[in-house]
Amino acid sequence: MTPEESRKAAEFFLRKIDEYIDHPVRFMEVCGTHTVAIFRSGIRQLLPEKVELVSGPGCPVCVTPNDYMDMAIAYAKEENNIIATFGDMLKVPGTTSSLIEANTRGADIRIIYSPLDALQMARDNPSRNIIFLGVGFETTAPLTAATIQAARQENIKNFFVLTSHKWTDAPVKALLSDDKVNVDGFLLPGHVCVITGEGPFSFVAEKYKKSAVVTGFEALDILQAVYMLAKQIHEKRAEIENAYKRVVKYNGNIIAQKAIMEVFDKTAATWRGFGLIEQSGMSIKDEYSEYDALKCIKGDKEISKENPACCCGDVLRGIIKPPQCPLFKKICTPDKPAGACMVSVEGACHAWYKYGQGRYHYGR
Amino acid sequence: MCLAVPAKIIEKNNMMATVDVEGIKRQISLMLLPDAQTGDFVLMHAGFAIQLIDKQEAEITTQLLKEVSLDDA
Repeated sequence: MTPEESRKAAEFFLRKIDEYIDHPVRFMEVCGTHTVAIFRSGIRQLLPEKVELVSGPGCPVCVTPNDYMDMAIAYAKEENNIIATFGDMLKVPGTTSSLIEANTRGADIRIIYSPLDALQMARDNPSRNIIFLGVGFETTAPLTAATIQAARQENIKNFFVLTSHKWTDAPVKALLSDDKVNVDGFLLPGHVCVITGEGPFSFVAEKYKKSAVVTGFEALDILQAVYMLAKQIHEKRAEIENAYKRVVKYNGNIIAQKAIMEVFDKTAATWRGFGLIEQSGMSIKDEYSEYDALKCIKGDKEISKENPACCCGDVLRGIIKPPQCPLFKKICTPDKPAGACMVSVEGACHAWYKYGQGRYHYGR
Repeated sequence: MCLAVPAKIIEKNNMMATVDVEGIKRQISLMLLPDAQTGDFVLMHAGFAIQLIDKQEAEITTQLLKEVSLDDA
């Protein structure tokens, strides 16, 4: 498509959204990668004021509780352990410290791109424990599962996972059954649905009668999805539609789903800001317990507490916007984040901090 | 965290593939997408191919966007 064609398509979507919506509506982007794409492309600024986009719970870093970070930090303090992690976990605050602070005190923490890099680290360092921080939703969990399976196949004994993998349908259910949360439709996470397909989100339309559209991460993908949500509302429909068919198949990636089910059990898990949500976490099955860091490696963890002044929970539920948090930009900044939403580039607070108060303001 | 990017498979060797992402080459695993073949475009996430990119669907999307860009109604 030429830039001119893209511009005209965007104009079409914006005009139709304005036509279709005759009262204030709130659409939630479940996924943090959407949050960033929306800010970077200035979509909030382009939409009519009656259409509000709110950020949801879909940033795995942001929903990781202090308790998990404290355990990772406890492991990092032991000399024989190497922590292998995606880079965005380094600055996430635990109760009194973070991984990056542990690193400056001499802990061996290594940033990896793929869980398979952690497996290679295990091969290269046979006398040390490699602890991979398994964080992420359905997009990332099958990669961890496949890596655990590969470790078993090769009989690698020094690779472990501290898992905080989570299912994204669970917090959406929690949001929809929370009276304080007021959302008219959802932009569903494209790369989660690549794995899961559309099925796990059917409850949004069937049980809660809300509209939802699976979408990709280009500005036009997102605008098209908002247009499709607006059209559903205009036509008084509540369905799951897919604006990202080039990669999201109806049934998802079955092999990846099987890898998750083979290695993980569905269990209750704690989400920062939401607390405990039933059936929302992935814990390593007993059959694979030799790879479960919690079961195999001792760590001297501090008693975990969440910062009571941090409003990440209300931000993640779309109840307040980041600037309404008393810590925002004052105590909590990307350089010294108080809450996880300020750490991750996919976090709502980070995006608001970086791109302005919901208004894209450079280059214009 | 869930960032995934399109990549083209330029060589397949059992469960591993060499892919090209805008001129940068790297090895990725095909464990979760074993049927992918050389020449296919795949969505790549953290060292794994996780889905085939459907050229036909991509073209339908592009065509649809072109059509709406012509809509002056």
